[in-house]
This record gives sequence, structure tokens and C-alpha cells, in this order.
Amino acid sequence: MRFDSLLDSVGRTPLVGLPRLSPSKAVRLWAKLEDRNPTGSIKDRPVLRMIEAAERDGLLAPGGTILEPTSGNTGISLAMAARLRGYRLVCVMPENTSEERRQLLRMWGAQIVQSPAAGGSNEAVRVAKQMAAEHPDWVMLYQYGNPANTQSHYATTGPEILEDLPTITHFVAGLGTTGTLMGVGRYLREKAPGVAIVAAEPRYGDLVYGLRNIDEGFVPELYDESMLTTRYSVGPRDAVRRTRQLLEAEGIFAGISTGAVLHAALAVARKAVEAGQSADIAFVVADGGWKYLSTGAYEGTLDEAERLVDGQLWA
Amino acid sequence: MAIEVRIPTILRQYTGGAKAVDGAGDTLAAVIDDLEGRHPGLRDRLVDNDGLRRFVNVYLNDEDVRFLDGLKTEVRDGDSVTVLPAVAGG
Repeated sequence: MRFDSLLDSVGRTPLVGLPRLSPSKAVRLWAKLEDRNPTGSIKDRPVLRMIEAAERDGLLAPGGTILEPTSGNTGISLAMAARLRGYRLVCVMPENTSEERRQLLRMWGAQIVQSPAAGGSNEAVRVAKQMAAEHPDWVMLYQYGNPANTQSHYATTGPEILEDLPTITHFVAGLGTTGTLMGVGRYLREKAPGVAIVAAEPRYGDLVYGLRNIDEGFVPELYDESMLTTRYSVGPRDAVRRTRQLLEAEGIFAGISTGAVLHAALAVARKAVEAGQSADIAFVVADGGWKYLSTGAYEGTLDEAERLVDGQLWA
Repeated sequence: MAIEVRIPTILRQYTGGAKAVDGAGDTLAAVIDDLEGRHPGLRDRLVDNDGLRRFVNVYLNDEDVRFLDGLKTEVRDGDSVTVLPAVAGG
């Protein structure tokens, strides 16, 4: 495949079968390898589209500054795209995110503003909104509420999956900004009614939920509950266990959030087997494991890994 | 009938600091009512007139109860209920 530039190569990722983890010939699992995007994550899709929309609307012009709250992948993708298009990038990032992510951001020239670990990404969002008010000339693309995020998955991820797997019965992905599930979900509901849309939400350690009160909680503006069939909460132990299983059984080296998604996909698969139904379950591998090696998730006992990952934003 | 209910840090002021408490009942609503008897004030932090509060997520054995039967979701002995505040990802 030939492309005019790196940014033109976003998307059209492989969908690979999992012959060893699929429970039977009738109930099959398929992995959408989003780590094959230019910066190694699914976020290249929404980031490219959000930037193009901002340019089209006249919000962004070369020399401008982009501001974004992000726990990692969106920032890394923005940093690459900003460098190529001539923007400055300021990322607000919780301090309990892996060192690799910081290093990648610095490498592409982004400036990092730390937000407190307690409160996780909620705090990053709060700090970024405050900074945006102080710098009205900066452009916050705001992945949690930007329709171009959802649109990117409606226009690309969804059609790619349906084209490669017309018999799809379930789509499973991680829930963060909710952009992937909302965009692919809407596309599949229109083109393949009856497909179940399943969310896997990471469940972190207590620290991440360290809000001052419950009304400081956060639900992304993009989220539309009616788009989902069900939503699972997956803790670090299951996420790490499944991440390792994916590597051992199928050779796929994925990030920790993918383990959580696989855990939900396997739960769905088990239910299909129990009900005697056939199923084609597609799930998203949002990124590879490279950025999480320092977390300790890939070595030692599960107990150790769980303890090390607890308190970090691993998805 | 005992159902373990896991409580997030910000609501442990109502459970005397306990991370998890036992409740009884046939439905999630009944379990919450039962907990209110021993942990006054907790119910108001979880539910309002419209049902579960906007920034409160409740999971029955890791599945979001909003996609089951909400407060009417049936629970059984040995089930685990987890309460978490809604947080951002991405």
C-alpha cells in the first residue's frame, strides 16, 4: 500500500481471527489491530478528523496552539499531527500515567502540564478547561465532546469492520471518551441492526476515583447510553491476565486496556456458547504494549502486576 | 441473603470507612434501602427522584445495572455490587 504521507495512512487496519481463544467454530473472536496506525493507537483516527474539522472551521491556522486533556494516546497522536501541520501542542496529563507516554510526547515536541493523580482524567479535564479560559486564543479540540471524534469511527472504523466481517454479531471496545463505541455503534445499528454494542470500562484503583464529592463525576458529552447493549467494568487483575493470554495464545502484544476489552469479549462469547448461538465478535486492540512495559504488567506474578498497576491510569 | 456492596472512597464517610458492606434484598433498590438503615445518608448519594444519580455507576457482578433493570435489577445471594463515580478516560 502506498500513501502520499504518513497522515494519509491512518486506518484500514487488519482484522485478525483468534483461532485459539475462540471457544468454537461457531463462536469466533476477531481483533481489530489499531496499534497499526501511525502513532500506534486508534487515536490517530479521531485526532486527524478533529484537526481537519478545526482547520476547515477556521479555528486553527499554522502557528496556533492546541490544548488537550489526555491520559496519553490522544496526546501522542496530536503531537505527531501538530508537528507535521505546524501547531504547538500543550497536553494536560494526569501524573499517574506511564513514563513512556511522557517521553513520546516530548519527542514530538509537545509541552506537558501535569494534573494531580487523585481524580485521574477528571482532573486533567478540569485543569484544561481552566487553562482554555485563561488562553482564549488556544484551541481545545476536546475529544470528550467533539463530534468529529465519533464521526471518525462512523466514517472509517465502522465501515472497515463491517466490510471485513459482514456476519458480525457483537462489537466490543473500551470506553474512554466513548467516541469509538458511539461512532462504530451508530454505524452498525444503521447498517447491521441487531449487532450488540458492548463497552468495557477500565476499573482503576481507589486513587483514580479520589474526587472530592460524587457530583464532580464526569460523563463525556459524546456519550449516548442508548447506543450500548451492555457495559462491563473490568479491574486490573482481569485486564492484565487477558493481556498476557492474548500474547501467549495468539501472539498479539497489546496494551493493558485491550486485556479489559478481551475479558468482556470472552464473557460475551461464553454467553453465546451457553445459549447455543453462533457469534462473530469483533473487538478493538486500541494500542500495543510498548508504552506500558514500565508498569510491570507483563512480567512476574499476577499479584505483583496487579499491585504495580493499581493507582495508575492503565487505559 | 448477603450481597457484598463495594463502596468508593468518597462515600466511605457513610460506612465508617468500610470499603465493602453487606446488604440484603431481592432487588438493587431493596439492598440500597437495607443499607440506608445501617448507613444513614448513603441512599441520597446514590439515588434521586429519577433513579440512579447521573455521576454514580453501579455494577452487578461487573455489569452496569443501567443495562440490566436499573434499580429493579434482581440480585441473589453471593452477588457482588460495585458502586463507582463516573470518571473520564482517553
